[in-house]
Amino acid sequence: MITEIAPARERESAAPQQPRKVRRAWDEVPRWQIYLPLGIYLVFTLIPFYWILLFAFRPAGSTSLLPWPMTLDHFQKVWTERSFGVYFQNSVYVGVATLILTTVVALAGGYALARFEFKVKRAFMLALLCSQFVPGALLLVPLFQIFAKLQMINSLGSVILAETVFQLPLSMILISGFIRNVPQSLEEAAWVDGCNRFAAFRIVVLPLLRPGLIAVGSFAFVHAWNHFLFALMFLSDQSKQTIPVGLNTLMSADSVDLGALAAGGIVAAVPVVIVFAFIQKWLITGFSAGAVKG
Amino acid sequence: MAQAAAVAKPPAPPRRRRASATPRRLPYLLIAPAALLMLGFIAYPVISVFYYSLQNYNPTKPWRNGFAGLDNFTHAFTNDPQFWDTLTFSAKWVVVEVGLQLLFGLALALIVNQTFVGRSIGRALVFSPWAVSGVLTSAIWVLLYNSQTGVTRYLADMGIGQYGTSWLSDPSTVFSAAVVADLWRGVPFFAILILADLQSVSKDLYEAAEVDGASRFQQFRNITLPHLKDAIVLSTLLRAVWEFNNVDLLYTLTGGGPAGETTTLPLYVANTSVEAHNFGYASALTTVAFVILLFFSIVYLRLSKFGGGDK
Repeated sequence: MITEIAPARERESAAPQQPRKVRRAWDEVPRWQIYLPLGIYLVFTLIPFYWILLFAFRPAGSTSLLPWPMTLDHFQKVWTERSFGVYFQNSVYVGVATLILTTVVALAGGYALARFEFKVKRAFMLALLCSQFVPGALLLVPLFQIFAKLQMINSLGSVILAETVFQLPLSMILISGFIRNVPQSLEEAAWVDGCNRFAAFRIVVLPLLRPGLIAVGSFAFVHAWNHFLFALMFLSDQSKQTIPVGLNTLMSADSVDLGALAAGGIVAAVPVVIVFAFIQKWLITGFSAGAVKG
Repeated sequence: MAQAAAVAKPPAPPRRRRASATPRRLPYLLIAPAALLMLGFIAYPVISVFYYSLQNYNPTKPWRNGFAGLDNFTHAFTNDPQFWDTLTFSAKWVVVEVGLQLLFGLALALIVNQTFVGRSIGRALVFSPWAVSGVLTSAIWVLLYNSQTGVTRYLADMGIGQYGTSWLSDPSTVFSAAVVADLWRGVPFFAILILADLQSVSKDLYEAAEVDGASRFQQFRNITLPHLKDAIVLSTLLRAVWEFNNVDLLYTLTGGGPAGETTTLPLYVANTSVEAHNFGYASALTTVAFVILLFFSIVYLRLSKFGGGDK
């Protein structure tokens, strides 16, 4: 190994502008050491996905391992008979409202944390960190009582508020990290040009925050879309329930209709897949920019 | 809450020298909506849990309601075997899940951090279960585990195992079955966070190590691992708390059964408050859970000397 490296070093000192050579040792990993474990893991990852597609598209009672002849009966049944059409609408409403509310409130708070020194800042930061450890699941009873007092039980507003509150701390920490990465001198230049603070923020900072806000916003949406417990507890009318609650109802039936369950699962997954396909390129850069630099 | 903050907003205070002068109240106005929401829906509920933990409070038995002192706690620790069972199961669940997720997540991150043909599609596929909800995970694994048309049927066709096996209703297999289902979704969480942190390892360090003739394993041990330490500590801690509190998957996959075999402490709390309406006792159990979480968080952060060190 050393004999191999020596000439590489010589070449590099001759042409110091080629940093790619540094990665040599990592490039030497034998291909099978990558593809074999990755292949095994992919089988484990993908079989469950295949299984749900199989059950959703093959006719009831079939035991074929191919979804053929293909049928859409299960989707029709789950969308109308099992009210997934209604659940879908409710879930979209909860997801979008949580996204907007979380992003706006976290953006305001995150800006204050990133750009100002003020008295309660340390205490507020500490509260944000601590609230990460407070489990929503263990606060169901007091939350239920609060929403009952506010007359919000059985309205989607209760779920939206609860989801937003538990998304806020992390979102705010991430967003304040993104804002810190934008040099303040950019904003100051805009002030000199006559912008007030809000205009400078909107024109200079906001466009630079886009990848981070997309990451945080889509995270809030997916979380609200997927979350189950608050909707289960706070919404009792069937017409108000969300997709995860609908899936649970399908699963807890005495004899589970597997085809309908699979089709319902796909209905639940499609928006998440779309969101992730859309944001994938921003996701890792967005999170690594905000999260890792402490 | 948000409207309240908007209404409270005073007319812009007179600007002193120029637009950039900071109005003193601005930062407070900016954090007000978040602070109010968190006070109302996190802080107040937590305080009320502490309060009710010292009360007998059961809406279905109002004649017994009143101050109870530490009775709820004494009952839990001395007189309630189910409390100890669910606590033990929670501990087992968290240790096994987080340990395996970290192990596989780290390995996976190191693999997809290499340069190879098909890397981006490989990453996308490997990470994909991350976005799947707990309930959907349950739905998928109910399909896989069902005794009639699940994987066992096809394994039995190939001569492995028996027909009609249901891993979720057999007390001897239900734990492993639930662990595998949750791993499927949990490993990508670690892999994503660790991969993000791997991007920031300085290439100079590997270069220097190569010059010194360090093997790949030595480079991993002495460069990669120390660099990842903070990310690993933080994600392990967050994940442990998350796994402890997570109710979605077990509630829908096993319902805590068979025979209470997979009931975690939070599931037990939910059952106590929702089904038995025993809010006072449920609050005491919640308080115990808070104290345990707090204690382990502090110990863990101390032991790993989080934040200190070379970064």
